[in-house]
Amino acid sequence: MSDTANKAADKPKQGRDATGEDRRLNMIEAINDALDVSMEKDDNVVVFGEDVGYFGGVFRCTAGLQEKYGKSRAFDTPISECGIVAAAIGMGAYGLRPVPEIQFADYIYPGYDQIISEAARLRYRSAGEFTAPITIRSPFGGGIFGGQTHSQSPESLFTHASGIKTVIPATPYDAKGLLIAAIEDNDPVIFFEPKRIYNGPFDGFFDRPVKNWKTHPDSVVPEGHYRIPLGKARLVTEGDQLTVLTYGTMVHVAKAVLEEKGIEADILDLRTLVPLDMEAVEKSVKKTGKCMIVHEATRTSGFGAELSALVQERCFYHLEAPIARVTGFDTPYPHSLEWAYFPGPVRIGAALDKLLSE
Amino acid sequence: MANGPERTANRDNKPQLSLHVPEPNYRPGAEEVDFSAIEVPEAGAQPRPDEACEPEETHGLCTDLIRVLGDDNRAHGPWDPKLEPELLREMLHHFALVRAFDERMFRGQRQGKTSFYMKCTGEEATSISTSMALQPDDMVFPSYRQQGVLIARGYPLIEMINQIYSNSGDKLKGRQLPIMYSSREHSFFSISGNLATQTPQAVGWAMASAIKNDTRIAATWVGEGSTAEGDFHAACTFASVYQAPVILNVINNQWAISSFSGFAGGEQATFASRAIGYGLAGLRVDGNDPLACYAAEKWAADRARTNSGPTLIEFFTYRAEGHSTSDDPSGYRSAQERDAWPLGDPVVRLKNHLIELGEWDEERQAEMDLKAAEKVKKDTKEAEKNGILGHGMHQPFHTMFEDVFEDEPWHLKEQNEQSQRERDTKYPDGVPH
Repeated sequence: MSDTANKAADKPKQGRDATGEDRRLNMIEAINDALDVSMEKDDNVVVFGEDVGYFGGVFRCTAGLQEKYGKSRAFDTPISECGIVAAAIGMGAYGLRPVPEIQFADYIYPGYDQIISEAARLRYRSAGEFTAPITIRSPFGGGIFGGQTHSQSPESLFTHASGIKTVIPATPYDAKGLLIAAIEDNDPVIFFEPKRIYNGPFDGFFDRPVKNWKTHPDSVVPEGHYRIPLGKARLVTEGDQLTVLTYGTMVHVAKAVLEEKGIEADILDLRTLVPLDMEAVEKSVKKTGKCMIVHEATRTSGFGAELSALVQERCFYHLEAPIARVTGFDTPYPHSLEWAYFPGPVRIGAALDKLLSE
Repeated sequence: MANGPERTANRDNKPQLSLHVPEPNYRPGAEEVDFSAIEVPEAGAQPRPDEACEPEETHGLCTDLIRVLGDDNRAHGPWDPKLEPELLREMLHHFALVRAFDERMFRGQRQGKTSFYMKCTGEEATSISTSMALQPDDMVFPSYRQQGVLIARGYPLIEMINQIYSNSGDKLKGRQLPIMYSSREHSFFSISGNLATQTPQAVGWAMASAIKNDTRIAATWVGEGSTAEGDFHAACTFASVYQAPVILNVINNQWAISSFSGFAGGEQATFASRAIGYGLAGLRVDGNDPLACYAAEKWAADRARTNSGPTLIEFFTYRAEGHSTSDDPSGYRSAQERDAWPLGDPVVRLKNHLIELGEWDEERQAEMDLKAAEKVKKDTKEAEKNGILGHGMHQPFHTMFEDVFEDEPWHLKEQNEQSQRERDTKYPDGVPH
């Protein structure tokens, strides 16, 4: 696994505040902290997007940055995702390290040509003369009654293209460390933030009381600069019965279902889809012999298809059962029926029962 | 659900609607091409507002046509840039070199030395004269017909030819379609094959320059056909919103492959007048008048450089040749158009101006043209030592996997190794060079 760019990853400082208490942040605060740390460290880092400047973003991820770093480093933009991404590319060519925000992943399509044909190809087509060291942040995923235009998970549209990395954090601690690593990476990065877990580690039981991050161990976020290398998965739980490959919100949902059912499994939070930590995937699947893939995105040509193919190619003789894929349905994200669409505990539970009975 | 549209009965006897599909005036075989409907105002008659003026003061110029060189081959009016003869001769030399280069590369494609080429015949002034009005370190975001910018900036011809041949000397490693040059050293951004994507990128670069309190500005070129892309709208909006130090050059050469400018909205409004709605300064310029091209670009550069705002310039010109080597314009437009074009040829106009000034003559022109052709021939021969497209594989296979990312991730390493195995299977005795 190559992570030479991240070899210098700093050791996190103590995750405690001045009084000795744990410094606990939700995911929004952790992202805001990462942006603050990055802007403080490097004055070439600029953030911009729709409602990002004065107001601090519709989800508040950029709150306070304009006040602290000035209007030329944190500013609002026209409602033009094409223009936002294109401007970032031009700024990157100049030598800045732009961190544009696309307000919802569902709005990213007008900027898609600029991302895929331009940002992702610039280093290659110019043989390294020009690069696009930009990190495109965008909230993604459903579960907030956002309807079909505020709920999508379009990660596989980016993992399918060459020349761009795709990163998806699942905890406040990871969100900060991965975002700093993404910003400091010299390649373009899509950084999808699972907005359902911005405020708490949602476990998929939509009819139970909402949890917040305060009691979750991964909400302890150290002050200052630290990086989590891109391309390294995180082993969330360990167990011999099966391997669960997942990322984002679904990490917490899968964990809750396994706990309820008393199943001991390796849950791998992939964290980075491209480059993928295949070493960790192989190691776990070869140990357990059973593999379940869980993502919220639509099923057909989803990232799960790629994972499934890779596991089949590399772990076939260790597999004791067909690979299970648990995903969103191949429909637009419905508004009123979003919990029927969402790959929640019922769908995961049924797939688990089948996989473990084989 | 019924197939096809549902029509309601026209009970109220309303007028029937009909669709307007633009149609150019002259198709192949047209009896006589008459461009008299194109208004060609007198050279020197256009007012020249101050560079720091309010955008509105330029808006009359968006439907006018800024001209300096008159039929008498003399410079007229307030837009006369009053250039020294030495600079004019340098410009003429760039013209000669670009024309000789285009001629030879076009022929090279026909001889099978490369896959593709694009000439800029008739449009030379829109790249050469304009870029001479910029500082050498002003960043340019070109489209695909701006070879004149590179040549005016002294980029070695041999580098261009290596790129066109995708040979072992090509510093872009044979990855890009011919003519999609890149030279950071010459502040010349990598050319994309996608249209108008560079326009908002140029605005972003200019914004960055302003963010860093730099002194450099950006300029970008786009064809009139590509102004129909959303990217162009994004560029104009961002340029206006942030008052970015940028020049948006629109080259209206009348034709986007086979589609005339009417398909980009040119029937109803000039392209310069797009500036009005965005609150940008706008100029419409005789693109075949090298002095007007220089003067307009200089005006916009001075405006940008003094934080006075961006400018959109339409250069009204004519694409004298096909779109590319893959295009045969006799299939869609009248062959007479080129000769009937009312604004003449930029090279001839500049030459005649210098002769009129007593600073040039036909003999020196003939000698310059000959030297340009010889220079191109010599550099072509030199470049051919590095190979031509399709004759041997000029790049090692592993270069295909470089620069996708800064570091090669495992999946590309594996595919890289696979390509080495495929190479050894196909060429057990070594790859032909």
